[in-house]
Amino acid sequence: MDLENQKRVKEFADEFGPENLVVVLGAAEGEAAGLAAETVTAGDPTFAGPLTGVQLGLTTYHVCEPELKEEFDEAVYDEQVGMMEMVLDVDDIVDEMSAIRDEYCKYL
Amino acid sequence: MAILEGKKVIIIGDRDGVPGPAIAECVKTAGGEIVFSSTECFV
Amino acid sequence: MNSVIKGASYVLAHTPEMVVYNGTTQTTERVVNPESEYLKELRGHLRSYEECVNYWPNQVYIGNATPEELSQVEFPYYDKTKEGAERYGKFGEIMPEEEFLLLVQACDMFEVVKLDKNFVSAHKDALAADPIITEDIISKIEEGYELDEIKHYIENEHAEGLYHNNELVGCVRTAHDIDVNLSAHVMHENLMSKASSVLALLYAIRNAGINKEDVEYVIDCAEEACGDMNQRGGGNFAKAAAEVAGLVSATGSDSRGFCAGPSHALIEAAALVKSGAYKTVVVTAGGCTAKLGMNGKDHVKKGLPILEDCLGGFAVVVTENDGVNPEINLDVLGRHTVGTGSAPQAVIGSLVTDPLDRVGWKVTDIDKFSPEMQNPDITKPAGAGDVPLANYKMIGALAVKRGDIDRKALPDFIAQHGLTGWAPTQGHIPSGVPYIGFAREDILEGKIKKAMIIGKGSLFLGRMTNLFDGVSFVIQANEGNSAESAVSEEEVKGLIAKAMKEFAETLMAE
Repeated sequence: MDLENQKRVKEFADEFGPENLVVVLGAAEGEAAGLAAETVTAGDPTFAGPLTGVQLGLTTYHVCEPELKEEFDEAVYDEQVGMMEMVLDVDDIVDEMSAIRDEYCKYL
Repeated sequence: MAILEGKKVIIIGDRDGVPGPAIAECVKTAGGEIVFSSTECFV
Repeated sequence: MNSVIKGASYVLAHTPEMVVYNGTTQTTERVVNPESEYLKELRGHLRSYEECVNYWPNQVYIGNATPEELSQVEFPYYDKTKEGAERYGKFGEIMPEEEFLLLVQACDMFEVVKLDKNFVSAHKDALAADPIITEDIISKIEEGYELDEIKHYIENEHAEGLYHNNELVGCVRTAHDIDVNLSAHVMHENLMSKASSVLALLYAIRNAGINKEDVEYVIDCAEEACGDMNQRGGGNFAKAAAEVAGLVSATGSDSRGFCAGPSHALIEAAALVKSGAYKTVVVTAGGCTAKLGMNGKDHVKKGLPILEDCLGGFAVVVTENDGVNPEINLDVLGRHTVGTGSAPQAVIGSLVTDPLDRVGWKVTDIDKFSPEMQNPDITKPAGAGDVPLANYKMIGALAVKRGDIDRKALPDFIAQHGLTGWAPTQGHIPSGVPYIGFAREDILEGKIKKAMIIGKGSLFLGRMTNLFDGVSFVIQANEGNSAESAVSEEEVKGLIAKAMKEFAETLMAE
């Protein structure tokens, strides 16, 4: 994850408390989604950014995951994201995200 | 319990996946308060 | 009359040392994590010049193989060798780092590039042997300096080192003591962009079969900015490169739009020529040192070579309609507007289906789409997916939605109307334009009639707007050669004959 974005995530966790934050991702692949999710839960796996070694355990989902989709207005989701379901490997994204959540999320 | 309602939401979109502003439109409809939205680019 | 694409060029400069010293992934890592495993392992993953030349996607880029041939190669590409691979191709070449550094020095007008004497004498003949490099350029190469002097500039005056085979062979000095816009880092970045643009210009002139004096305007559409502290992006890369390339009749300017830059610039060029303002316009761009090794961490982690080890350049020559070459149709322009939004379907709709709607064409009327042609060998291991394929899926999905194709025909649509990506991840370089050289040939040979070039840009990276951007245009067979045009010519003759007859009749009546 971009270093500046990591810095902002860390600042928001300090400001609002990690239990009040949700990180929503739009990554193009399961692996990239998993890496971003790992960064905001277990710390930056690339050891480059401000979240290196910081285990925030934030709640995180990909925008295409069914749990989030349920909460969105259907028409808005269809207009904004719908078509990407034909492009992205949603199953792979769900698998990667669920694995990270099960292991590292502290506030589910 | 709802995931997004009443929560502060950070959005990390992807230029070649779903961009930040498109995610933001969805999150608003679920009652999340967006505190930060960014779009990453790998190319 | 529409303007035409007279020729195109595509060049690469293999610059593995700049991966190590100038790519932002590596320079950032040296700041935040100087002892990292990645930095230790990096050098072991650099490719030799031969490996870089033998790489399939690079051979496609310079025109020694076609995208169709690449699509038959088993993925991944990095462990395959292109048989009969060569330095020179019909579109351009892959220049080795040592020769490129000499070209860079020849492109430097302010004596900031200092090369080691021995290095210059060892490689000057090799650059001079390159058929595209003019005597004029070779005459600009200095004899060189003592290595101690170069070390002094690096150690005491913030110069950026230039390396070959992991040895110091020169430096780029600062062009100003205080102004960060003229720092050694910025001068280095800009000179590399300029030199690769010069190389692309030289090949474009050759490939189009025109004289250098014919070029009246040059548009540079790279992603760098040159200027000083009072005008940070003042420009003008276009004219600076045109000078070295010997385009004495040309003026020019820079056009910017992130990765969408080349598509914007080509539309501007086509419009300038069609309007009659200039007869011959060349759109050019050099490469970007910052993006070298951009996804290197993922490549090294997965045991791959560093695949982002080349600076890319391209140039396209746009001229008045010659009745033969493919035309740029300015009636079918896609545009992502301020109001379009960033939903992927809105973006691709604005770029692909909206312009087709305006002229009543179907998605299937376009034979080939060239969106962002990033090489998936680079992007897939980095988690960015297969970018061209994702674009084709979206275009196909819109085609299904419009009823242009059946849902079951989607895989066939992608195979027939799509291409496998081969371009290096140099930002603006892969964006739509890599196919123009092949499109021109495919149209001239009658293999296809229409190709759509699509450029997309991430404006939000500049922190001035959250907006996305993009434009598209269609290249089509020259109507001067088509049957329809012959018919209309007959019609015109008929109309003239009729008018003459009527005129004669009125005379007789008098």
